[in-house]
Amino acid sequence: MIYLTHEPIDTAAVLEAVRSPAAGAVVLFLGTVRETTDGRRTSSLDYECYAEMAEKKLAELEDEARNRWSLMECEMVHRLGHLSVGESSVAIAVSSAHRRSAFEAGLWLIDRIKEVVPIWKRENYADGTSDWVHPGPAGATTTQET
Amino acid sequence: MNVRVRLFAAARQAAGRDRIELELSEKATVGQLRQRLAEKFPALSSLIERAMFAVDSEYAADGHEIPADADVACIPPVSGG
Repeated sequence: MIYLTHEPIDTAAVLEAVRSPAAGAVVLFLGTVRETTDGRRTSSLDYECYAEMAEKKLAELEDEARNRWSLMECEMVHRLGHLSVGESSVAIAVSSAHRRSAFEAGLWLIDRIKEVVPIWKRENYADGTSDWVHPGPAGATTTQET
Repeated sequence: MNVRVRLFAAARQAAGRDRIELELSEKATVGQLRQRLAEKFPALSSLIERAMFAVDSEYAADGHEIPADADVACIPPVSGG
């Protein structure tokens, strides 16, 4: 299952959603708001998305993960709106019979979310400035000054 | 034909609105839309150059013909997760 939410992510609920008697492994990834980026201090983030397409892409990623690995359950939640340092922006939980699939699928899902899902973050810095984050080629992050 | 384009993030902020209308020829392509958008917002041209476009929630290449009444979105490089 996949959700977009403006509420704080209920991590316990995400974990419960993927437990299964058939699973020997449950892996949880949390993306959390970090206080420093490129030497600048972040005070908060704002996330926006193209909801219809984001939901479609997340569903496609779950389908692809299930084709690549043998998974029991898969739950992804991405939070939108205003987040403070330390809060979770995304939770991905997967369960499988054995641990390797769960770890590999979890990593693949977060990597692909960061590449294809139409969600964007704005870094709000401690100095009062803000930048929308629009990564450039080869992993370099270039940002648009507001 | 009239094409409505959804804008997000830095593009939305710079344009001051979350969607704009462009007048394009029948059977216009994504590439032509990209060009027209950059002409309308020269300050955004480098971001538009790096953007993908989506037609009806699917990424579409520059050669893709835009159907009438399609839901078109400008997707600058994403930063979710």
